[in-house]
Parts: sequence; C-alpha cells; structure tokens
Amino acid sequence: MTNLSVKEKDLVRSFFTQVSGKLDEIGHQALSRMLTVYPQTKTYFSHWKDLTPGSEPVRKHGKTIMEGVKEAVNTIDDLPAGLVNLSELHAYTLRVDPSNFKILSHCILVVLSMMFPGDFTPEVHVAMDKFLTNVALALSEKYR
Amino acid sequence: MRLVSHRGGEIRPTRSVRARVALAARLSLSLSHTHTHTHTHCAGSMVVDWTEAERRAVTYVWEKIDIDVIGPQAVASVLIVYPWTQRYFGAFGNISSVSAILSNPKVAAHGKVVLNALGLAVKNMDNIKATYAKLSEFHSEKVNVDPDNFRLLADCITIVIATKLGSDFPPDVQAAWHKFLDIVVSALSREYH
Repeated sequence: MTNLSVKEKDLVRSFFTQVSGKLDEIGHQALSRMLTVYPQTKTYFSHWKDLTPGSEPVRKHGKTIMEGVKEAVNTIDDLPAGLVNLSELHAYTLRVDPSNFKILSHCILVVLSMMFPGDFTPEVHVAMDKFLTNVALALSEKYR
Repeated sequence: MRLVSHRGGEIRPTRSVRARVALAARLSLSLSHTHTHTHTHCAGSMVVDWTEAERRAVTYVWEKIDIDVIGPQAVASVLIVYPWTQRYFGAFGNISSVSAILSNPKVAAHGKVVLNALGLAVKNMDNIKATYAKLSEFHSEKVNVDPDNFRLLADCITIVIATKLGSDFPPDVQAAWHKFLDIVVSALSREYH
C-alpha cells in the first residue's frame, strides 16, 4: 500500500472539494471512456440495455462510482476499513477482476485533467494517482 | 535484479533505489497491466488494422498538439508521478523535487526527443514495428529500460494531451489514441530478450 503523506491527503481532499460540483459528469465521462477505450470492460455490463456514452445506465452508474470515490475521500485515513463493504461487494457479488480498477482509475484521471486543467497540477496528479491506487488495493482486500 | 546506470555500467543500488524498485514490483503485481494487452493486434504478429476513423483520430490529435509543450510536460509527469522512473536519468542534473523536474532543461529536451520519435510512428502507422526496431533494441541493450515504463509514459502522454485538448479529446478519439500508443509500447518492447 503506497502511503499517502499528510500533504498528499490534503491535496486529494482540497482537489476533491473543488471538483465536487461536477461529480456526476466526471463519473459519466470516466465510465464512458472506460467502456469505449477498453471494450473488454463491457463484459461486466451485459445486463444493461444500452452501453453507449450518454445513455441512462451509463450516467447512473457513473454517479454511483463517484459516490464511492467520495466515500473513499472521506475515509482516506483508513481506506481498507472505510471501504470494507464495497470491497465485499466487488469480491463476492460483482467479482470484477481487480486489474480493471487500474483501468477505471486512469480514465478518472484523464477526465479530471480535461475538466480541471488549471487545478490538475503535477502534485495533484501524483496524489490522485496514489489515492486511486490505494482505493483499488482497498477494494481488492476481500478478494482472497 | 541487475541495475545499470545510464552509461551501461552496473551500479550497486542504494536502499532508496531498491525500495522504489520493490514498490514498483508490488504495484505491478497487485494491479496487473491488462490495458496493454487488450487488443489482439498486440499479440505476436502485430498485424494492425486501422479504420479510417482511427487514422483520422490519431492524425487529428497529432496536429492539435504542440510537441514542444506536450513532450516536456509528459516526461516531467512520469518522473513526478512514478518517481522510480528517475533511475534512468542520473545524468540529468537536479530532479530531486517537483519544481526541479519542471524547470530542468534536460528533462524538457528529452521530452522533445520522445515526442519527435512518436511522430515517426504517426507517419508510419502501418509499420510501427519496423519503424521502432532499432529504438527498441537501443532501449533494451543500451539504456536498459524496463518496458513497463513505456506504459507509464504512455499514460502520462495521454493525460497531458487530455489536459490540453479538453473536450476536443472525446472517448472515441481517446480510444484510437490509446490503441496507437498500445502498439507503440508493444513495438518498443519487442526487441527485448
């Protein structure tokens, strides 16, 4: 687990506050890009009627994902404890291969850099990348 | 693991270098990099099919970016976001802090070198493998770069481009650009043995 410094946690929290008004759009964009750029991820959504960007299931699920990320920011000091329920969900029910967390993390970073170019400094980039890596690891905790 | 300096001589790793390398290994193990192996065209023969839309998208991105701006920012990013990559740049002078990296002229110069080389692939999209054969050998034999680093740099290039292009970088363009970089990374990794 890459340890986030106090400064990095502050950066993550303050950047997240700056972007918090656009969470739904960030989630929608990130999920749309994941499904488009990495088509193998569509295999997890065969139960949706419509996987195209802009569709209702994609928008709704993008929002759900970012609500999870927001929860992670709120429990940034102990992510495995804070995300234990989400980890169990992903491990036992959804059974998403953990390699996909990295893919979605990359898409979230792409969207954040596009939507907030002035605020997405190199320091914010590394802090967010470390944070999302830790979120992925915490989500993988219950897998085995 | 054998570590070599940029000049090709073996170096004894300091504890901080060993720690960084071990961290990189742990990160790679826990989060496998499937997104470099998602396309069938990355397997052995590397026959690549480009749709017209994909060709247009790659050219569109290339024509929109200023490689003298993107190159330096992308290389600076990879050194900042994935600091273990600094192991290859001992001769670059001061890269000990974010501000040092961002103002380092050798980092900036190297960024331009990298993006100019990427331009070769843009001009030879149907023959990236052959175009990069010598560069691949160079990275393997002379510079001894772990090919995993190519993927890290590719991700940083994409993010820096996204920052600049904003809404001019929609999902389908990102998909074509990602496919292109995937092939570039594969071609650069090809001559390793």
